[in-house]
Amino acid sequence: MEVKIKSMKHEDFKNNEYIDNLVEQLRAGGTNVVVGKLDQLINWGISNSLWPFCFGTSCCAIEFMCLGAARYDMARFGFEVARNSPRQADYIMCQGTITYRMAPVLKRLYEQMAEPKYVIACGGCTVSGGPFKNSYCVVKGIDEIIPVDVYVPGCPPRPEAMFYGLMQLQRKIKVQKFFGGVNRKEKRNEFFKELTAQPAEATQAVEADKNEQ
Amino acid sequence: MATIQEQISNLCPAAQFDTDGEFLLVKVPDAQWHALAVALKGELGFDYLTALVGVDWKDELGCMYYLTNSTTQEIIHVRVATADREQPRLHTVSDIWAVANYQEREVYDFFGIEFINHPDMRRFFLRNDWVGHPLRKDYDASPELNPLRLDDEVNEDDTYTLVEDEQGNVTRVDKKVFDDDEYVINVGPQHPSTHGVMRYRASIEGELVKKVDVVSGYIHRGIEKMCEDLTYPQTLLYTERMDYMSAHINRHCLCLCIEKALGLEVPHRAELIRMMMDELMRLSSHLLSYGCLTMDQGATTAFFYGFRERELIYDIFDKTCGARMSMSYMTIGGVVADVHPDFVADVRHACDKIEKGLKEYHKLFTGNVIAVNRMTGVGILKQDDALSYAITGPSGRASGVHCDVRKTHPYSLYNEVDFDEILEQGGDSMSRYMVRMREMEESIKILRQCCDMLEAEEGNEYIAPKVPKIIKLPAGHWYQQVEASRGAFGVYLESDGEGKPFQKPYRLHFQSPCFNLVGIVDLTCKDNLIADLITITASIDYVIPDIDR
Repeated sequence: MEVKIKSMKHEDFKNNEYIDNLVEQLRAGGTNVVVGKLDQLINWGISNSLWPFCFGTSCCAIEFMCLGAARYDMARFGFEVARNSPRQADYIMCQGTITYRMAPVLKRLYEQMAEPKYVIACGGCTVSGGPFKNSYCVVKGIDEIIPVDVYVPGCPPRPEAMFYGLMQLQRKIKVQKFFGGVNRKEKRNEFFKELTAQPAEATQAVEADKNEQ
Repeated sequence: MATIQEQISNLCPAAQFDTDGEFLLVKVPDAQWHALAVALKGELGFDYLTALVGVDWKDELGCMYYLTNSTTQEIIHVRVATADREQPRLHTVSDIWAVANYQEREVYDFFGIEFINHPDMRRFFLRNDWVGHPLRKDYDASPELNPLRLDDEVNEDDTYTLVEDEQGNVTRVDKKVFDDDEYVINVGPQHPSTHGVMRYRASIEGELVKKVDVVSGYIHRGIEKMCEDLTYPQTLLYTERMDYMSAHINRHCLCLCIEKALGLEVPHRAELIRMMMDELMRLSSHLLSYGCLTMDQGATTAFFYGFRERELIYDIFDKTCGARMSMSYMTIGGVVADVHPDFVADVRHACDKIEKGLKEYHKLFTGNVIAVNRMTGVGILKQDDALSYAITGPSGRASGVHCDVRKTHPYSLYNEVDFDEILEQGGDSMSRYMVRMREMEESIKILRQCCDMLEAEEGNEYIAPKVPKIIKLPAGHWYQQVEASRGAFGVYLESDGEGKPFQKPYRLHFQSPCFNLVGIVDLTCKDNLIADLITITASIDYVIPDIDR
C-alpha cells in the first residue's frame, strides 16, 4: 500500500521499505472498517498540522529559523506554528547538542508534552553525539534519553533535509493506529523501562566483577 | 621614559621576565600578584584584561593573564602559578578587572583553582554534583564517576568566599546567592527569548530587576578538552561550532595562530578570500541579530526581511564552500580551494541588495515608536564598565570603547582596505543596535574594495602553499585575536614541543567574546523592568554555544 502525503510522491522517497513493512505489520492484525476510517481521519488531521516545539540548543536552530523564514517557508506544509510551550506542541525537533546538564531538562520537556507526541533528532549531535562524541559531558544521541521517531543527519542538515525528515514523520503518522493494533504508549513505557533497567544491570555487573576479584 | 619591564621590576622586584615570545612575559609569585595588578591597572594603564587562561603545567597549576593598555594597545602577559595540586589557591583580580569574576569561576570549574577573596566561588559550566575538574591533566574521565544523570539538578544557592585576613590566614565564609526574602524568577534554560539554552535567575522587586544570577553550561560541550586529543588540523572543526554566526572568523583566528607558530606565510589571494568570507559572515551575523532583536520586540515582519538577505550570503557560501553553515573552508596555510567563478559577481549583488535592504530596515523598525521607547536609555553600559568587563565588539563600541581588533591590532589585510570604526556614545540598547546597523555599511564597503582587489588579481590562480603534512609546533605559547561578529575572539595555544608521530596541542583556549558579554547582564538589567531583560540581552547579542564552548 502506498502511504500518501500531500507534499511529496511516494516513489520520491528513498526508503520506502520500512514504511511498507510497517503497514504490513499493522495490517496483519486486521482492522475494523469503522475504526480504520476514524483512524485515517485523525491521522490526516495530525499529519497536516504538526506544531513544532522550539527546542534549539545550537547551530541547527539557525537552520530551523531559515526553515521558518520566507525562502523555505514551512508554513506550506502546516509546520509553521512553532510553540514555545511543550504543552501546545505536537513534536519536539531537537536541534543541537544535548549535554549532561541539559539532559534532565529535555526529558522533562518531553514528559510535559501532550499525547500524541513525536521526536525528531535533528543533526549529528542528537543522532549520535556527532563531532562531540568524545566529550566528557555530551549525550551520545538523544535516543539514550527519549524515544526518537525520525533521525535527520547532517551538521547542520540543510533545510531540504529537515523537510525530508518532517515528511517522513508525516508518513509515519499517516499509518499509525489509535484503535486496536500497536499501542504507542505501551511501547514508550517499555522504552523507559529498559532505560531504567540498564544502569541497574551495569552497576550489578561492576559489583559482580569486584566480588570476583 | 622607563620601559614597561623596568617599571614592573620597580613595582615588584620578585618579578621575572621573558622577552623571547611575541609579548613580554612577566612571572610573578602569587603573594605579590594582587598588588602588582592594582599598579598595572592604575599606574601603567593596563585596563583591559584581554584573556585569562588557566593552564595545568603538570608541576604547577596556574593562570596566564593577557593585559592590554587600551590607549597604547600594548599587550603583556603575566604568569601566576601555584605548585600545590591538592588545594591550589591564587588571589583573585576580580575586584580590579570585573571580567575576571566569571573567568575565574571558569578556571575553578576546569582546574579546581580556588581564588582567594573571590566573591562567588561556584562552578560555571558543569553540574553542581560533578566530580573532578576536567581540564586537569590527571582528570579521571571514567564514566562511572560522572554518569549521565537524569535526575533534576538541585538549585544551587550556596556559595562561598575565601577571606584572607592581614596575617594571611584564609578562612572560608559561606554565603547565599539570594536572600530568603528575595523574590526570584527563573528564566530558561528552555526559553525562546534567551536565544539558546541560557538560564537566568532574576530577583525582582515589583517589576524591577534587582539582581540576575547567570546559570550557564547547558550547552557546555568540553571543546577545549577534546582539542587536546586532536591534531592541529582536526581542532579547526570545533571553532565553527562555537559561535556559529562567526564560523569563518573563528576558524580564521585559529589558522592565524597556528600559522604564526609555524612561521608560515599565507598567499595574498588566500588572505583576501579569507577576509571577504569574514566580512560576509559578519553581515550574516548582524542580519540575524537584527532579526532576533526585532522579533523579541514583536516585529516579526522585520525578522523575515533580515532572513531574506541572509539567504543571499548563504548562497555564496554554498557555491564556494559547499555548505550553508559550518563551512570548513579555511585551512592552515590558506583556503581549501579557489572561489567559485561567480563569487565576485555574487558578492557585489549581495552588497547591493543588503545596502538597499538596510534602508528598508530603518524605515520599518528603527524609527518605530515602540522600538525607540523600549531601547533608548535602557540597559546603559558606561564606558569604564565596558572596559572593566572587557566588553568588545559592537556592544563595546556602543559605549564608546575603541576596541575594533581590525584597527587596534590589524591582522590579515585590514591594513589595505579603507573603513571606519563605528563608535557610539550612548551605551544603551539603541546604540548597540545602531552600531550593528552602521557596521553592516562598513562591511559592504570593505567587501566592495576586496572585490576590486580580487578582480585585479584575475588570472592569478590560487596556489596553496606548501604546508607540512604533519604539523609540529616548537615548545611555546601564542595568542592571536581577531574581530569576530560579537567582539574580540582570541585563541591561546600552548605546545610542549613533544609528541610523536602526531603532535597535539598541550592547551588550547578559546577566549570568546560572548563569555564576557554575558557578564554584563546583571549590570545592565539592574533597576530595569523585567520585560526589558529580554530586549537588553537581545541587544547585547550573544551566542550561547560560544559562552559555554
